[in-house]
Amino acid sequence: MKVLYFAWLRTKIGVAAETVDLPPEVKDVGGLVEWLKTRSPKHAEALANSKVVKVAVNQEHVPYDHPLSPGDEVALFPPVTGG
Amino acid sequence: MTVKVQREDFDVGAELAAMTRGKTSIGGVTLFVGLVRDMAGGESVSAMTLEHYPGMTEKQLEAIEAEARARWPLDDALIIHRYGRLEPGDQIVLVATASAHREAAFESCHFLIDWLKTKAPFWKLEATPEGERWVEAKDSDDAAAARWANQDGDQKG
Repeated sequence: MKVLYFAWLRTKIGVAAETVDLPPEVKDVGGLVEWLKTRSPKHAEALANSKVVKVAVNQEHVPYDHPLSPGDEVALFPPVTGG
Repeated sequence: MTVKVQREDFDVGAELAAMTRGKTSIGGVTLFVGLVRDMAGGESVSAMTLEHYPGMTEKQLEAIEAEARARWPLDDALIIHRYGRLEPGDQIVLVATASAHREAAFESCHFLIDWLKTKAPFWKLEATPEGERWVEAKDSDDAAAARWANQDGDQKG
């Protein structure tokens, strides 16, 4: 699965994108965020406050209980600040 | 109906002319132009860099434009949003809506900029004397967007 990071999530984690092999117990967005925290101390720090970690699956905003499929494009980012 | 996500500046007059040319059913156009301010949170801002999520940005802007067309009788709508490095005074965003009557044009333009601010995946990095900092989302922007959801009753803000 491809995971993209934007804004300060990208700078804190240190990469713009990574490809991950999800363990079978990760079934939804909330599970993915928890599992990503275990990848490195940088991930853990960047993802510590889930209130400011928003998620899109296949380029649509989704809640944390949204289910995941292996081919999904998942993006993690802070609340948007355009306009 | 047009969405453009671009690094380049835009000419408001030329965009307005292109939007209305030959469409004599249009009775009024509302335009909103967002600019880079030189102050934010009490600090001076020397520049701003806008990051976005290519692909999702266009998809989200097209979706909110479609939502505006579903809610108001529009002859046309245009959203242009820039990304990259901008300086105070630079144009960031243009939202234009055209309708037979002013009410639909005013309301839909207001709706589009409010929704854009909470749904389009853009992030602002400001350069200040203290260094660079990511702009935080404002609760007031969520409240502004939620107003349109409550009014309609069928959308979650």
